[in-house]
Amino acid sequence: MERDQLVVDKINEAVRDGIEEVKDFRGERTLYIKANRLKKVCQLLRDDEDLQYNLLADISADDLLPEVPRFAVSYHLCSIPFNHRLRLRVLVEDPDKGPATMGGIWPIATWLETEVWDLMGVNFKGNNALRRLFMPEDWQGHPLRKDYPLGYEEVQFSFNWEEIGSRKPHPKE
Amino acid sequence: MGIEQKLGDMGVVTYRLEDLVNWGRSNAMWPILFGLACCAIEMMSAQAAHYDLSRFGMELNRPSPRQSDLMIVSGRVSRKMAPVVRRLYNQMPSPKWVIAMGDCASCGGVFNNYAIVQGIDEIVPVDVYVAGCPPRPEALIDGIMSLHEKVRGEKLKDWA
Repeated sequence: MERDQLVVDKINEAVRDGIEEVKDFRGERTLYIKANRLKKVCQLLRDDEDLQYNLLADISADDLLPEVPRFAVSYHLCSIPFNHRLRLRVLVEDPDKGPATMGGIWPIATWLETEVWDLMGVNFKGNNALRRLFMPEDWQGHPLRKDYPLGYEEVQFSFNWEEIGSRKPHPKE
Repeated sequence: MGIEQKLGDMGVVTYRLEDLVNWGRSNAMWPILFGLACCAIEMMSAQAAHYDLSRFGMELNRPSPRQSDLMIVSGRVSRKMAPVVRRLYNQMPSPKWVIAMGDCASCGGVFNNYAIVQGIDEIVPVDVYVAGCPPRPEALIDGIMSLHEKVRGEKLKDWA
């Protein structure tokens, strides 16, 4: 699609070496962006007359555990005027020093970043609202990370009923 | 013209108070309006026209725990939801009963992981467990009937 190419040209023109890699999969374009260029690129994508990616559909994060850098944060953008979707991807090595917040460009980003922080533990610089959203407030750890224990409990059958029943918490009344 | 004559005309039935109270409790047992997951769909179905739970005097779901006698925990309880369930149970006035509806509420079901409470008997005392994933409305009604059976055999002073 010519719009896929237009995006790459526009970014290359405005932001110096912003794009690290361009990937296509089943007609969907993904741009790997350097973390320190992300804000400029996003500002351009939203404000440029010919692009107008005015909807941030989602922010998601992957844990690529054995690999370095370990985390990848994806921004799923949509241009409503041109009916075109685009994915930006930022590789994050240290989750405490994640990419900058996009809350100033798309206000919904604060919520989506909070979700990513809650479940994956990627910190977003400048987002002061990072807190527990889905998990209980006193939860320890980030459960969607690959090194997070699944918390399997031994199943109670008739042969080990007594043993597990004695360990299980039960209310007094 | 004593009161005996008047009462004789109205008809007097002598009965054990305990049986009478238990009869009343079991035939007007109002569940709390509280659905957690897909089991709640079956619970709604059980209360709707086709299965018609109002035959047993319990068509009325109370939206306030303070007006309800029965808690049907219909669905998986996450660790975040557990304090809420316990709080609602605490707010219900005694006498009160709990039905664990479905596998998830009874023992965690297929969700054996960090996020789901492995059986709500860890947080509230359960009277009847209904198996199924989700149980059909008939199964739930059967569970409720078993609970009624249990209530009819209870002692008044146990709740006093």
